Amino acid sequence: MNLLLQIKNLQTLLHTGPAPVMAVDGLSLQIMQGETFALLGESGCGKSMTALSVMRLLPETGEIIAGSIRIGGEDLLLLPEADMRNVRGKRISMIFQEPMLSLNPVMTVAEQIGEVLRRHFNLRGVAQHQRVLEILNQVGIPDADRRMEEYPFQFSGGMKQRVMIAMALAGEPELLIADEPTTALDVTIQAQVLDLMRDLQKRSGMSILLITHDLGVVAEMAHKVAVMYAGQIIEMATREEFFHNPSHPYSHKLFASLPAKNKRDRGLAVISGTVPPLSREFIGCRFADRCDHAWDLCRTTMPGWSEVTSGHQVKCHLFDQDNGSRAPSSVKAVEGTPQRASVLQSDCSILELLRVTDLKVYFPIQKGLMKRVVGHVKAVDGVSLTIPRGGTLALVGESGCGKTTVGKGILQLIRPTAGSVLYDGLELVGLERRQLREKRAEFQIIFQDPYSSLNPRMRIVDIIEEGMNALNVRGKPVSAGDKPSSSERWEVDALLQRVGLPPETKWRYPHEFSGGQRQRIAIARALAVNPRLLICDEPTSALDVSVQAQILNLLKELQNGLGLSYLFITHNISVVEYLADEVAVMYLGRIVERGSMDEVMGSPQHPYTQALLSAVPVIGPDLKREVIRLHGDLPSPANPPAGCHFHPRCPKVMPVCHEIYPEASSFSFTHTAHCHLYTQK
Amino acid sequence: MLFKPVILWTDALIYLLVMVALVFVWYVRRNEHMLVPWRRVGHSASGMASLTVLVFFMSIGLLDTVHFRPAIENGSNSEKVYSVEVLSLLDIIATPLRTRVEKTYSAPFAAHLYARETIELPDGAQMREFPRLQFGGAHLQDPATQLTNDVAERATTGLALGLLSWCLVLTLLSVSLARRDSATLSFTLSAIRRGDTEVPWNAVLATLALMFMSIGVALMLSTHYHIFGTDKVGQDVFYQSLKSIRTGLVIGTLTTLMMLPFALLLGIMAGYFRGWVDDVIQYIYTTLSSIPGVLLIAAAVLMMQVYMETHPELFDTIAARADLRLLFLCIILGVTSWTGLCRLLRGETLKLREMEYIQAAHAFGVSHWRIISRHILPNVMHIVLIATVMDFSGLVLAEAVLSYVGVGVDPSMISFGTMINAARLEMAREPMVWWALLSAFGFMFALVLSANLFADAVQDAFNPRVRTWPLQARKLQRRGREQYSKDKTVEAEIKGSHSP
Amino acid sequence: MLNYIIRRILYAIPILVGVNLITFTLFFVVNTPDDMARMQLGIKRVTPEAIEKWKHERGYDKPLMLNDSEEGSGKFTHTIFFEKSVAMFAFDFGRADDGRDIAHEIKSRMLPSLAIALPVFLLGLIVYITFALVMAFFRATYVDFWGVVLCVALMSISSLFYIIGGQFLISKLWHLVPISGYSSGLDAGKFLVLPVIIGIISGAGASTRWYRTIFLEEMSKDYVRTARAKGLPESIVLFRHVLRNAMIPILTGAVVVIPLLFLGSLIAESFFGIPGLGSYTIDAISSQDFAVVRAMVFLGSLLYIVGLILTDISYTLVDPRIRLE
Repeated sequence: MNLLLQIKNLQTLLHTGPAPVMAVDGLSLQIMQGETFALLGESGCGKSMTALSVMRLLPETGEIIAGSIRIGGEDLLLLPEADMRNVRGKRISMIFQEPMLSLNPVMTVAEQIGEVLRRHFNLRGVAQHQRVLEILNQVGIPDADRRMEEYPFQFSGGMKQRVMIAMALAGEPELLIADEPTTALDVTIQAQVLDLMRDLQKRSGMSILLITHDLGVVAEMAHKVAVMYAGQIIEMATREEFFHNPSHPYSHKLFASLPAKNKRDRGLAVISGTVPPLSREFIGCRFADRCDHAWDLCRTTMPGWSEVTSGHQVKCHLFDQDNGSRAPSSVKAVEGTPQRASVLQSDCSILELLRVTDLKVYFPIQKGLMKRVVGHVKAVDGVSLTIPRGGTLALVGESGCGKTTVGKGILQLIRPTAGSVLYDGLELVGLERRQLREKRAEFQIIFQDPYSSLNPRMRIVDIIEEGMNALNVRGKPVSAGDKPSSSERWEVDALLQRVGLPPETKWRYPHEFSGGQRQRIAIARALAVNPRLLICDEPTSALDVSVQAQILNLLKELQNGLGLSYLFITHNISVVEYLADEVAVMYLGRIVERGSMDEVMGSPQHPYTQALLSAVPVIGPDLKREVIRLHGDLPSPANPPAGCHFHPRCPKVMPVCHEIYPEASSFSFTHTAHCHLYTQK
Repeated sequence: MLFKPVILWTDALIYLLVMVALVFVWYVRRNEHMLVPWRRVGHSASGMASLTVLVFFMSIGLLDTVHFRPAIENGSNSEKVYSVEVLSLLDIIATPLRTRVEKTYSAPFAAHLYARETIELPDGAQMREFPRLQFGGAHLQDPATQLTNDVAERATTGLALGLLSWCLVLTLLSVSLARRDSATLSFTLSAIRRGDTEVPWNAVLATLALMFMSIGVALMLSTHYHIFGTDKVGQDVFYQSLKSIRTGLVIGTLTTLMMLPFALLLGIMAGYFRGWVDDVIQYIYTTLSSIPGVLLIAAAVLMMQVYMETHPELFDTIAARADLRLLFLCIILGVTSWTGLCRLLRGETLKLREMEYIQAAHAFGVSHWRIISRHILPNVMHIVLIATVMDFSGLVLAEAVLSYVGVGVDPSMISFGTMINAARLEMAREPMVWWALLSAFGFMFALVLSANLFADAVQDAFNPRVRTWPLQARKLQRRGREQYSKDKTVEAEIKGSHSP
Repeated sequence: MLNYIIRRILYAIPILVGVNLITFTLFFVVNTPDDMARMQLGIKRVTPEAIEKWKHERGYDKPLMLNDSEEGSGKFTHTIFFEKSVAMFAFDFGRADDGRDIAHEIKSRMLPSLAIALPVFLLGLIVYITFALVMAFFRATYVDFWGVVLCVALMSISSLFYIIGGQFLISKLWHLVPISGYSSGLDAGKFLVLPVIIGIISGAGASTRWYRTIFLEEMSKDYVRTARAKGLPESIVLFRHVLRNAMIPILTGAVVVIPLLFLGSLIAESFFGIPGLGSYTIDAISSQDFAVVRAMVFLGSLLYIVGLILTDISYTLVDPRIRLE
């Protein structure tokens, strides 16, 4: 294989804030022709800045201060801007994370792709039209002849990303840079797009620089892997080698912090501390402060490259020749401390805390002067579920399936259209605001976005006390002489400690905390009123894997300590496997399958569940899985398909599916699915 | 008592405004996170320089706000009689300017009137000449030869005095800075010069130097000359320009104060409660804003005029009448301009009410009132602040136009508009009477420009778009973003179906 | 589409009714017709007969809302509200104090108003967008910096100054064009040059700065990065991608004022002696001709609402996202 791209000692500076940030610091890598090179790292590690440096498309505050980027022997950093434009879109193309925002909203797809052809091949008119059509067919846009004249907003998320890929392919590039290409997509759509990229690479022989935070995507796609941390590459290996034998302590931790089924009985490994600010000067190893194996040398001397095996390099003193004795035996996956297994086993779970029956939440679509209701968005269309005391029900589904609305409907934050929500025997639907208030302390919610879930203008202590004041929940006085206010303060301290934050932080404002810390504060706020049921609405999906592990650990610990029940709303299958006792799978406003975690994850019955599970990338060195391909996208909940909602996409569709929505079929006492494939009750 | 204090309506409101401002400052100083954007304002050179100018204008305006009626000497000591004329502190300070009224027009620094007059000579013969002014340059024996020298001499003295007092300020400032940072004086001085200080003192000091020098010159000269000339009835134009400042400030600030409660209450209510409350409020502001502003103001002011003419018994002094008219003008301007802010606030509240921290508050059963006051209000205050400072300059400019059209302040009230209106009539005169126009425009330009620059600095510091950019980027990354935008589209659909 | 337009027009009716009620309240309820008569005839020496005569001449001698002396529908039609306010919907504005028909006056004065307002609007739009584009192209350089400084300075100058200064410099000092006046036909050109130029300059600061902000905001979006990643030169990025998106807020913001152009400009017209609707309004204000002011308020709101409807329609034309949904 020939060398295509060579980056040597790249240094990129960002002039944001008071001190300049060295986003990329001395990065070197090589990409061969036809290979996929994955740059793996958590947010803020500089991986995107590396990509933008290659394209020379840094934001205006960015600046490349040193290094060389050679493609086929030509140093891009020495090219005048006009020549660089001949490289962009021709020799190197790029696709971005947000297909929604990365396409020009007022130009048709054909125009946007045609632009590339005109710029680099001087194709016009019919020839251009032909070629655009060809490329769109290549990336699998159905009915391309008609759809090429449409605007981006008329395409679904996955289709938009296909258009982006088509645009990048139009220049027939030697190198495709894909910056988190599937992060914004659902897992079934992600599988389609990754397939497409692999397929295209096979045909054209281009190289791909894949930028991602997702170990699963790396396992699917990469030939080579480089792990980035704080602006530097710290480990580089082939995929097989990397997944067999991750060497850097940081890489280890990444693997160990992934939630999985086999880690259910113990806590996840966490990386203590946070990523150091890149505006700072480094003397030793950048990971030293968070590393379990660090010793004096790590803090004083920057580690160089050490060879683990041929082609597997790592920047860690553990692998230095001189320190050979410490490695590799000392580096093994440090798992989290084993936790007490859940006290409440399935036999107790018959005692249900919450029973939701046939819950419906419709949003009216109004039109005209008199606001006539012309239809309904059936966000939730007849959902029934139960949550056991002290247990966890995971509600799984892709975006837009209505799972968040279920959560808000249960809490009566959105008034349900119909159905019943029985909390501990009390009907919540139809309660007055005041009556409801008396029960509010019992059930609380944790939101997805740690940045919008805390009021930026309130101190932490006020945030946490808000619920206590509103619901008149008072902490027990420490001693008889304590005034209520001081006992409340004491309560806040205890809560903060409980979620792992020092009590002094209560005087600070939310903007001083990181995403994970904010999520802890949000949990403390919910705990302040002593709830028994917590609805967790994707609480970790905006967090990095290592931070996610901390939050999951915390949630698990709280459940064991306080006997909380969780409704865990998520799209992340591995989190479900790690945390859930029972699982309900949602599709287009309805639950299509439910059962215990082992039943649903182990032997999924509904075709949708099967497809969903098969689409999840397997993290490991071997590529052994068969993806059940789903066609098309999620239909609109305003106009769901007749019969079984899933039938237009179902690989096992039968005539009856077009007509009738299937009743439940039972596979065990707890396991049911709605599908015509099985005999129904 | 030598005087009887008078508190006009606008005076009272200005005192209220000052008090609100002081409480606000005190409150902000106690809250670190509220101080942050203000620090950013403090770091902007143009912002601080313009603030310096604004403070000067504001102090003149405040001096002109303390009103009273002086006692009149009358023969019998039995009872104090107070003048019907309402004076302000500024009037007292500028007594020479106020009282030295010439016969009619005279050019700046002139010693003679602007028009020839027929004068009867002692021998009975008549001749036409430019008569000497009663006050301007009256101390000169022979203006033709002495005037230039005298003016230059006084100007130099004034310049020197200005520089001297500037040096005093500079010393005081650098000594206190040096003490605070426990640095040497020379180090502090050079830091100021290089602009290495946290607050750009070099910009402030440069502005101050210019201001002190011009104030010094103006002070020295205005005692013996009409530095900006006199108007038709011989009144000093410099005095008029000083008096106009208060009118401009009142219009610029009180209008916002008047409309703020409406805009805040209605805007937040519309956005928070949605439904029929939203429909009604939207209808009100769409209707009001569909009447072109000038026309609505004109109609309202006309009607107010009729009312005031037919009810003369309501006002005991001319000043009170003019003042009430000014207040009404502020109210009318407020009524026509609240709709814009209201719409902004409604939009922001619509966005905020979907924020997860508000959902969390709902989950705690927090009352609507508390959610509005604790969660929404503090998070829209920056919009209110930006709107207030941005509106100020527009309102000052609008006053001039409205007074020109004849629907502005009372003709007896000195303002930039009335000055321009009066001077415009002399445009066609040969040679042209230009000084009144030019000084009105000049003062207005200084006031509006510094207000605009300050508004820019405030907007830069408070603009959430600029500030939250890095947060936004992080928060929306990963799948969160797809979810987020999907939610937004569903929400927009729902919203779109609600409102036309 | 037609359906949509009809619906938008229907929405406008309650707003117009609201405007009508506001003007009615303002002109007849806050002050009675007696007050107006006294004001016009002089406060002190005025006989009740004179007031009655004044009211009768103008038709203000009827009851406000309900006429008890009439029978049937006359109870409602023979009132000030019906004859003066409701009639405006039929463009019956009544007569001015000088006895002329207001509707006729408005018709004949629209054209001169349009003759300055339209060129100011069109040329202004072109000039402002051009300058804003230049500033956006040279963003973060001295061109941009001084451009913004100039804009702020231009914004801080009173529009009266531009007019007075322009008249003084160009007409009085240099004698290039007449100070004021108007004639119909092609001759109008020499009278219009100055007001048009002054109109453009006085709006330059605020508009240019605003357009620049729109351009810069648009340029920070992701699709611009995509366009650059295709290898397109900056000029094409700016003109084909940024301009097209930025034109949506700019055009729709401009469309709303198009109908208002008929109203002309109050001060410019009176300074330059142009017999348009602006100077008509000013004259009415200074002579306290309530009927004319009322008519102009109604007309202004009507035109503004038309502008809003046009804005909505233009959105559907320029933005495919709205057109096709």
